Amino acid sequence: MPTYVNPQTCNACAGEHEGPLCVYICPNDLMTLDTEQNKGFNQEPELCSECYACVKLCPQDAIFVRGYSDFVPLGASVQPKRIDGGLTWTVKFRDGRELQFTYPSRSTPVGSSDPYKDFTEDKEKDLAGQGLAGESKWLGVDVLPTLQGNK
Amino acid sequence: MALPTIETVESDILVIGGGMSGCGAAFESKYWGEDLKVVIVEKAVIERSGATGEGLSAINCYMGQRYGWNTPEDFVQYVVNDMMGLAREDLVYDVGRHVDSSVHLLEEWGLPIWKKDNGEYERIGRWQIPIHGESLKPVTAEPARKAVGKENIYERIAITHLLTDAKDPGRIAGAIGFGVRENKIWVFKSKAVIITSGGASNVFRPRSVNEGIGRTWYSVFATGSAYGLMIPIGTEMTQMEHRFVPTRFKDGYGPVGMWFQYFHAHVENALGEDYTVTRDSELKKYEPYGSAVPTPTPLRNHQMFLDIRDGKGPMYMRTDLAMQELAGGDPKKMDKVREEAWEDFLDMTIAQAMTWASQNIAPEDTPSEVVLAEPYIMGSHSGEAGAWVSGPEDLSPPEYFWGYNKMTTIRGLFAAGDGVGAAPHKFSSGSFTEGRLAAKSAVRFVRDNPEQVNLSDAQIKDLSNAIWAPMDTFEKYKGVSTSDDVNPHYITPKQALVRLQKIMDEYAGGTSSWYTVNGPTLERGIALIEMLREDLAHQGAKNRHELLRSWEVVHRTWTGEAHLRHLLHRKETRWPGYYYRSDYPDLDDNNWRVFVNSTFDSSSNKWSLTTKPYKHIVT
Ligand SMILES: Cc1cc2nc3c(=O)[nH]c(=O)nc-3n(C[C@H](O)[C@H](O)[C@H](O)COP(=O)(O)OP(=O)(O)OC[C@H]3O[C@@H](n4cnc5c(N)ncnc54)[C@H](O)[C@@H]3O)c2cc1C
Ligand code: SF4
Ligand code: SF4
Repeated sequence: MPTYVNPQTCNACAGEHEGPLCVYICPNDLMTLDTEQNKGFNQEPELCSECYACVKLCPQDAIFVRGYSDFVPLGASVQPKRIDGGLTWTVKFRDGRELQFTYPSRSTPVGSSDPYKDFTEDKEKDLAGQGLAGESKWLGVDVLPTLQGNK
Repeated sequence: MALPTIETVESDILVIGGGMSGCGAAFESKYWGEDLKVVIVEKAVIERSGATGEGLSAINCYMGQRYGWNTPEDFVQYVVNDMMGLAREDLVYDVGRHVDSSVHLLEEWGLPIWKKDNGEYERIGRWQIPIHGESLKPVTAEPARKAVGKENIYERIAITHLLTDAKDPGRIAGAIGFGVRENKIWVFKSKAVIITSGGASNVFRPRSVNEGIGRTWYSVFATGSAYGLMIPIGTEMTQMEHRFVPTRFKDGYGPVGMWFQYFHAHVENALGEDYTVTRDSELKKYEPYGSAVPTPTPLRNHQMFLDIRDGKGPMYMRTDLAMQELAGGDPKKMDKVREEAWEDFLDMTIAQAMTWASQNIAPEDTPSEVVLAEPYIMGSHSGEAGAWVSGPEDLSPPEYFWGYNKMTTIRGLFAAGDGVGAAPHKFSSGSFTEGRLAAKSAVRFVRDNPEQVNLSDAQIKDLSNAIWAPMDTFEKYKGVSTSDDVNPHYITPKQALVRLQKIMDEYAGGTSSWYTVNGPTLERGIALIEMLREDLAHQGAKNRHELLRSWEVVHRTWTGEAHLRHLLHRKETRWPGYYYRSDYPDLDDNNWRVFVNSTFDSSSNKWSLTTKPYKHIVT
């Protein structure tokens, strides 16, 4: 389901320090800048997995998806809008019906994770054991299971 | 064209791939190896890369040990049955006993997990918990990025080859690749390497044509790199004959797990029959697995396959009946069920939502077609292809243990996620966990083996030339033809991919050959893929984007060739519903309840195949 870019609203991410964000994020190296128009452009639509990473990140809401031509009839659209801690989706059917859904996606502020907070494993002594970092706190049971005697 | 500049990065631990297992590896290694230099190299950007980049709607591997739901032993029993008798019990147990801690950490970092009124996690099936998982990958990547430091994350670099030590080909020394966004060759020299670069889609010709070939079920970004990197240096691989043929909603590839397990929907053929009922007696042919509860996934496929083969399709998931039953005539309840039904896809497989909307399918009113997809080769989901690795010290018998948990047969080379064989059903959470296990073990390895590794300049020079060759070939020969795409001196990466897919589809049991192979067909496929492997040295790439594609198809081709050779070696039909050997149609537990392993020797250009015994640890 390849992406396409609205040339009226794409501004090539002017002012974004990562550069054009669709080009930055696409996991399959598909989004690029069209050198003549200086607009976002999907250079290999048949390898687009419609993961929507670019759609979700575009600051101009300029990227859309037109369902794969080999099996998706024309006329529908599925478009997300990022909101605080989640996304709102608008789903339009070919026959004009419309649905809207809002789902959370993250329960903490972006950037707030603290990798080894309150981990107590001894980095030298416990290196030889089977426990992983933080497991004494996070495993949920007191003792890591093993199968002594089954060797 | 002048060869690009070469840049070298040195590290103690190199993580190749920043997917679920790569992020787990990065996170874990910096805890135990605070003073070590840990580097991640990734072909994309870790916030959205890999099979989890789009998001997921469930964590499919969770024991719930704290609630008393399951023990790791239960998990091993389940996995071994689902794989029809073949999984490394030590590796599966190891993931099972640790995975809960990973899930709890993901929740702490910001993953919203559905809860019941009593505060416990909601459940879909025995092992699956539903999540609001659109941002699972960024939530996982954030602590990994923080742990190693952003200066140690090298993104938009595609690794093409692993490097072994100049003085000892049995020891890893690093990896080499190129910048996807700049003309540069990158050499990573490292004492330990953890390979986490994912499974393989698009090795077989997909059902879709034209624009839709990017809509594979397993991520189209999964290019078989874990296998394509490990095989050429002689890493021992296992179970490369295994494949996963997913039952999926047709064309959009929406997963069905939530529909079967949470909504309790069933599939009917065009005559309104349920194949799990009408084909019940078929299971008896495959005892003891046929009477296992739940019925192993391949056998369920097999039952559906027989209906399709007999011309009883289309097959329909009765989403309508299931949703109406759950709502019980209450419009408020229906709103909730509808919201959950769409979230399953909007969080994970958005194409399916688009397919429904475009075909005017409201699932509460209209049943939806399902189909058996093309095969996928991978090791983290319901597949078990990958490297043969050492198990953990406290669990593994001597046959499965050689010093460091998750170390491959190349010293210092560790694997995780899709890269590890015979250890299926890890999914996102288990892959992350296995990355952590590999990393802790890699830290121990580096502590025990602090000496520097050796790279040879000649080796780097040869590989640099080889990496850049498709660009050179294009420049050199483009004048020979008025068309860039039709040239007697090269094939384009896309043409190479299509050739691979055609070979695999027709000779390795893809959809057009009804998943069926025999010895002579496989031998013919091997002859053709050997020629393809030679031709891959004659690819032409117009730009770096095509250069990326040309190395991806190399990795996919190694994966495909290993698959063909392993299929030929296993003389039985172990997983009906995934593939059939017409010359050995039966499952043969007496002779073939063993692992099939292979190694490739680059100096003689020869493969050798062996079997390894099945050791019971839990079952
Ligand atoms: C559609 C779909 C639905 C799924 N549903 C679920 C589910 O509901 N629940 C669940 O728990 N799991 C689910 N999974 C499975 C889960 O996503 C995988 O098991 C998991 O992501 C595997 O982790 P990994 O680290 O092995 O591979 P990945 O996460 O794919 O990571 C591989 C990484 O390596 C990078 N890479 C690849 N090649 C190279 C190279 N040559 N050089 C540098 N970097 C490279 C990739 O860009 C990527 O970042 C699903 C997967 C898919 C595709
Ligand atoms: S992210 Fe949006 S605005 Fe930026 S270049 Fe891409 S399409 Fe244009
Ligand atoms: S939808 Fe995904 S694969 Fe397609 S262009 Fe956007 S980021 Fe790339």
